[in-house]
Amino acid sequence: MTDLHTPATEIQEQFDDQLDVTVDEIEERLETLVEEYKVPLSEARRSVVNTYLDDAGMDRDQLSGGGGNEHVDIADVDAPEEWIDVTAKVVELWDATADAVAQVGLLGDETGTIKFTKWSKSDLPELEEGQVYELRNVVTDEYQGRFSVKLNRTTTIEAVDEEIEVGDDAVEVEGALVDIQSGSGLIKRCPEEDCTRVLQNGRCNEHGEVEGEFDLRIKGVLDDGEEVTEVIFDEEATEALTGISLEEGKEMAMDALDTTVVADEMRQKVLGRYYRVIGPTLGRYVLANEQERLDGPVDAEAMLIKARSI
Amino acid sequence: MAATPTREVARRVFASEFNDASYTFKESDDERAPVYVLLPTGERANRVFLVGTLTETEDVGEDSEYWQGRVVDPNGDTFFMYAGQYQPDAASMLRELEPPAYVAVVGKPRTYETDDGDVNVSVRPESISQVDEATRDRWVVETAQRTLDRIQAFDDEDSAEMDEYVQMASEQYDLPVENYRRAAVGALESLEGEQRDAPEA
Repeated sequence: MTDLHTPATEIQEQFDDQLDVTVDEIEERLETLVEEYKVPLSEARRSVVNTYLDDAGMDRDQLSGGGGNEHVDIADVDAPEEWIDVTAKVVELWDATADAVAQVGLLGDETGTIKFTKWSKSDLPELEEGQVYELRNVVTDEYQGRFSVKLNRTTTIEAVDEEIEVGDDAVEVEGALVDIQSGSGLIKRCPEEDCTRVLQNGRCNEHGEVEGEFDLRIKGVLDDGEEVTEVIFDEEATEALTGISLEEGKEMAMDALDTTVVADEMRQKVLGRYYRVIGPTLGRYVLANEQERLDGPVDAEAMLIKARSI
Repeated sequence: MAATPTREVARRVFASEFNDASYTFKESDDERAPVYVLLPTGERANRVFLVGTLTETEDVGEDSEYWQGRVVDPNGDTFFMYAGQYQPDAASMLRELEPPAYVAVVGKPRTYETDDGDVNVSVRPESISQVDEATRDRWVVETAQRTLDRIQAFDDEDSAEMDEYVQMASEQYDLPVENYRRAAVGALESLEGEQRDAPEA
């Protein structure tokens, strides 16, 4: 027989403040659904919770935590609009740019970091940088392949007396640089505040025709013969990789009356070489925080021993 | 997830094996489905990455420019590549480069049947860049590694499910994979020889 006492206890705890129901009563309702009607436990649970929500005149999102939500590691957040619980440290607080946002910043646990937003209207207590919290009933969100969590008025925040060593979600990839994609080299970005979109023919997708600001970037492909990884090198990384600075790039484009010469020159300098790149992933890209050209000696002897032995 | 077509990986293969890869196939009936050559060690290849010595370039075109390049691997085996008006960057590299030079080439395998019924395998380059010896050496070791991995998978008769492409290779070709192990050994030995001959730093 399925254990119905545990879920019944959890449901009872959720309604403890609002309703006078006993664990036995809840267990009985669950039992009817599960044993007689052969409904899966998750459905049965949903149905029973709904009944009590009606009784108490509550909305589902008013339910306090404790029940239902999965406690997840930050690195495992991989879908939007999921209600979850996390234990995380406030790694950084950023300046909130809109009145609707009370606090915004970065949360981290052993597995990685994630952006969080706390809405002003949710009326939640202030989070402090460096403090570890148990956050229940936060909802995940996604923007351009990057995940975040939102704290809302049903979220419970509890400071926890423990230390978390925040993990680094950076990955390391090695391979030959086999392609430099379009949108690389000397590019122009939209100058509007908080908009850094790359212009296409002088136009920003959001703000239309604008006077762009120059930037350097490489969208490259690393390939090790088994897997391909798309890597973005920002201005600093691009200069480290190619030796071409933003100023030099602008001069080259000015002399040639053409910005594409910059990407062409970069291709000649980096295509076909081997690199190691370390950085966080953003959607399908790895953002190069560190990059190193692999041009040291290689161990042919070890491979030769293997080649002769099979 | 959006159905972004995944980019095809660039296989590492020595010239002797590449030139034996005469069997091509598609995995769907779609006209634009990628064409693969079947490597005799049991792997499909829609793209290759190779580094070697460019030994000769020649414009073999009749009406318009059509450049042939010969790139030799450490065993002395040759990759042939052809670039015309639809590969302007690669064609201009072949026009401008002075052999001998180390080059890195990313490209697509192409097959061509001659009047005698032989199948020639060549590379249609996407990019060609001039590189240094360190890059060539790294490619040789990496290509030996990938080749040995394929040979081991090919020889692994215990595996309950035989790999699809290993099975295809054993049906389509009558070529002992031992040849390709020897190619790997030969390429590595030539590196070892060079490294021994190099003056102490």
